Amino acid sequence: MAELIAKTPCEGLLPLTVGGVSLTEENPGVMTVVAPFRGREAALAQAMRAAHGVAFPAPNRSAVRAGARAIWFGRGQALLVGPEPDPSLAEHAALTDQSDAWALVRIEGERVEDVLARLVPVDLRVRLFKRGHTARTLIGHMAGSVTRVGPRAFQLIVFRSMAATLVHEVRTAMEAIAARGVLEG
Amino acid sequence: MRIPCPICGERDRREFYYKGAAVALDRPGPDAGEAAWDAYVYLRENPAGRTRELWYHEGGCGAWLVVTRDTVSHEIFGAELAGEADV
Ligand SMILES: [Zn+2]
Repeated sequence: MAELIAKTPCEGLLPLTVGGVSLTEENPGVMTVVAPFRGREAALAQAMRAAHGVAFPAPNRSAVRAGARAIWFGRGQALLVGPEPDPSLAEHAALTDQSDAWALVRIEGERVEDVLARLVPVDLRVRLFKRGHTARTLIGHMAGSVTRVGPRAFQLIVFRSMAATLVHEVRTAMEAIAARGVLEG
Repeated sequence: MRIPCPICGERDRREFYYKGAAVALDRPGPDAGEAAWDAYVYLRENPAGRTRELWYHEGGCGAWLVVTRDTVSHEIFGAELAGEADV
């Protein structure tokens, strides 16, 4: 029988560093979309807290605990990243395994906000968009998810099929910011 | 132009897909007759001024919204979830 070779979404494309900003792929393991049934939001939040240590996040928020990250992922949806979802969650929510559906990257560096300002129509400055804040928004022309994971670090998520476009768009923005840095310096 | 999504907050117009006048919320009954259905499916006003429209937060949370907007000034007066909007 043929042995299939697993490839990550950004294989051969990353890592990449331009002008002090780095772009690296994250391979977080299992990704599950959790969509609470009507009226079961509170019970789901409790089950998630008990099983994974993170509650169902409010809109525009995410939470992380011991390898489990819960990212608000749209109306009535969160993305549970890391662990296999506990079976108790299925009582209160529809669970969809989307582990192979998304490309996750981490972008980090001194001028990361300047880079993302070229791509994302949301104000990501730390004064307004703090660690753990997240947005479903556009990254270039792609619908995606943007989460601040550190003082100068963000996680970006787009459809796996758009991984190469994501890397291209971010690289172009990184190069433009790096070039401005040279001119200003 | 910025639209205040009730879920995401105020967002750039680029994140939204425009559907048109919010007539879809006012679907006639099955027995309403040909004239009512003709108006519902085909006939649209072309208002200059305040109007209610359906927008889809495609590049955001995925909610359908009813946005009240002035077609002349592009002023946005507000937005509500289509599922909770008055017809
Ligand atoms: Zn929204």
